[in-house]
Amino acid sequence: MSTAIFVKRPARRMERYAPALLLGVALAIYVAIALGLGLTRFLTPEAAIAILNRSIALGITAVGQTFAILVGSIDLSVAHLISASAVVASAIMNGDPAMMLPAVLAVLLMGALVGTLNGLMITRLEVNPLIATLGMALIIQGCLASFHGRFGGSVPDAFQYFAYGAVLGLPVSLIVLTLLVLAAWIVLRFTRFGSNIYSVGGNRDTARAAGIKTTRVVMASHIICSLCASLAGLYLASRLKSGSPWIGTEGAYDLESIAVVVIGGTILSGGKGGIWGTVAGVIIFSLIDSIFNLAGVDAFAKQVMRGIIIVAAVAFYAIRSKRIVA
Amino acid sequence: MSSPAIEMRGITKSFPGVKALKSVSFSAFSGEVHALAGENGAGKSTLMKILSGLYRPDGGAVIVGGTERHFTHPLAAIRAGIAVIYQEFSLLPERTVAQNIFLGREPTRFGLIDHRAMNDEARRVLALFGSAHRIEPDTVVADLDVASQQLVEIAKAVSLDARVIVMDEPTAALNEAECEVLFGLVDTLRKRGVAIVYITHRMREITRLADRVTVLKDGETAASFDHVPEPDAIVRAMVGRDLGDFYAEPARLEEIGDVVLSVRNAGNDRLKSVSFDLRAGEIVGFAGLQGAGRVALAQAIFGFTPFTEGEVTLAGTPARFTSPREAIRAGVGLLPGDRKAEALVLMQSVSDNGMLTARALSGLSAKADATPFVSAEEMETLLRNVDVRAGSFSQDIKALSGGNQQKAIVARWLALAPRLLIFIEPTRGIDVNAKAGIYHLMRDLARKGAAIMMVSSDLPEVLGASDRILVMRSGELVAAFPRGVSEADIMLAATGEEAVAA
Repeated sequence: MSTAIFVKRPARRMERYAPALLLGVALAIYVAIALGLGLTRFLTPEAAIAILNRSIALGITAVGQTFAILVGSIDLSVAHLISASAVVASAIMNGDPAMMLPAVLAVLLMGALVGTLNGLMITRLEVNPLIATLGMALIIQGCLASFHGRFGGSVPDAFQYFAYGAVLGLPVSLIVLTLLVLAAWIVLRFTRFGSNIYSVGGNRDTARAAGIKTTRVVMASHIICSLCASLAGLYLASRLKSGSPWIGTEGAYDLESIAVVVIGGTILSGGKGGIWGTVAGVIIFSLIDSIFNLAGVDAFAKQVMRGIIIVAAVAFYAIRSKRIVA
Repeated sequence: MSSPAIEMRGITKSFPGVKALKSVSFSAFSGEVHALAGENGAGKSTLMKILSGLYRPDGGAVIVGGTERHFTHPLAAIRAGIAVIYQEFSLLPERTVAQNIFLGREPTRFGLIDHRAMNDEARRVLALFGSAHRIEPDTVVADLDVASQQLVEIAKAVSLDARVIVMDEPTAALNEAECEVLFGLVDTLRKRGVAIVYITHRMREITRLADRVTVLKDGETAASFDHVPEPDAIVRAMVGRDLGDFYAEPARLEEIGDVVLSVRNAGNDRLKSVSFDLRAGEIVGFAGLQGAGRVALAQAIFGFTPFTEGEVTLAGTPARFTSPREAIRAGVGLLPGDRKAEALVLMQSVSDNGMLTARALSGLSAKADATPFVSAEEMETLLRNVDVRAGSFSQDIKALSGGNQQKAIVARWLALAPRLLIFIEPTRGIDVNAKAGIYHLMRDLARKGAAIMMVSSDLPEVLGASDRILVMRSGELVAAFPRGVSEADIMLAATGEEAVAA
């Protein structure tokens, strides 16, 4: 092996584990503040689960967004799709436990449809992904607004098991998110489809020249992204008992999901990054919330802090990768 | 002889502003090496991109194994047994060697990628080149040097077990020893019955490898030989005219003036202690392999990626510029290698493109059509003087041919009357006659007292157009040659090889 490889390795490794480093820093600050204020009850396993449980919807959405960004695209329609999914779920169920399965299937079908349309606009009509999914967001928003009022209903108690149930002391929703993350990891790391996502995101022309059907890969990634958003909508319906047309946008799931993916080290142009970075990003966001709650800082300052952290994280990656090129 | 493995009949292809191929026919039989020669921009790569399904021809037929095929996607060509090693690297820098070799066709077990099988197979293919120890399958491609990257690229095509392998200037980044390994590999593939299309403009490789030779010029078949002819015959067909007036006359002794640019022990993270002088009236060619630091040097002088150490003076005054704006103000101009990406505003007119830098350097109060440097009418005169051929100078520059675009950029700099003009790959993608025009234009500029720095990967061009030649390797200046040096001497200096039997 040549020495050049040895010289370069440490920088690369450093970059790969940067999200973990950021996570460590966030965790350290959290622990320090909890200890400093003498609030040791915030350092128990239960507290840890509570922190994680706060970000289920964001986590599910971000898993999907990771696929969209890795393939070199982006999805701005997730927030409105989340709202639509929650509204449709509660309208179809309308308190009837027998309607749970049809409702879930209908919502997932809607998600698949939205993802397909996003994918078609981006690959066939060659619309820039930002514009295509922004258009889709407006379309969904318009549909929701015009149907609003006719849609009422709430989810049956049995469906709230998704948000509030627990198995062996672990929240069901957290287990679902964990399984989703593991599935995403396996797909991205160990399947040919996952490998194709990285290739298409890395360089679409190279991927095409190597015989990869790039349009299919982009379509599939968008379908996965939209399905995740629909799942997040189902979770929110379960937690809030009924869906409202604003829950997606109120949670700012579109921009926040992009933010956590980027904080997790996935580059916006695609082809580089991974699901564990996204997980770290989600936990960092949760921890920031918790830190500010502990420290009793108001919500506006929290928002400012989040903004600073996003920019700082991206600048950090940009500087690192520049150094490697040189 | 049996029917050819691939045959292309009467292929025609146009791009906006260029007719790239005019009814070109080409075939390759199993077990032969068919050399495809021609200048840059002759249409070789376009022809091969049609064969590989990347482009669709406007007319003509592609026949594989006796049946006509219409590839709509590269996958179809790969399935038909055609593998292409592209000239511009088609590797993903962030992925590993094995992942790149098996791009899009990773071996799987139970639906999951079999990383071990992939790495083993990658190691086996790399061992064919004797590079198994040097290139580890799990190394990220960005960590490899350029030659190793080229070998990975070749391994990718070889591992496909293709019946037809197209190699588009595969030795561009390889040193002598690696070239020999590649030639051995080509022989092995030929014996196995693979049809090989070997694109090159190096006579030595044609003589060493080819069974047949086809020469393209300006999108047409200029000559086709069923044997390997004398190199002179190939060169004549490639250039299509006597070499005599192709390049401009070299500078006469009395035309060379004072030192314009002086660089002493200058460096940054890509350049190591570079020292040289450029004089008024001379054209100095910079040769070297890809990544040898020639472009980095040009960008450092131009203040784009500044020097971090050493001394630079321009006409006697300190000139370690930290931004292109500073450099331009002091009288330095640069014509980048990638015209479309770095030099042109494609959707603006020819004259707007000409005015670009003059406007950028004018104060806020200057008029767009009457800058302190040049007015719109003067720009029209300049564009006419450098012989930009356009229907009108107010048409979008994207519709012009590469040669005319390049001339328009020359006019842009003429408006600022620079002391030092840096050309990077001045004739890349330009047809033969426009090339001659650019060379004469460079000479005229030098005669008027400018110093010209020319970075080029096209060795014949470096040999023909320069008054002196400096060779770079790994960020250092390693050799200086006078006019009249041989191509082999430059390659030896550029690759750092001792004289190997060539």
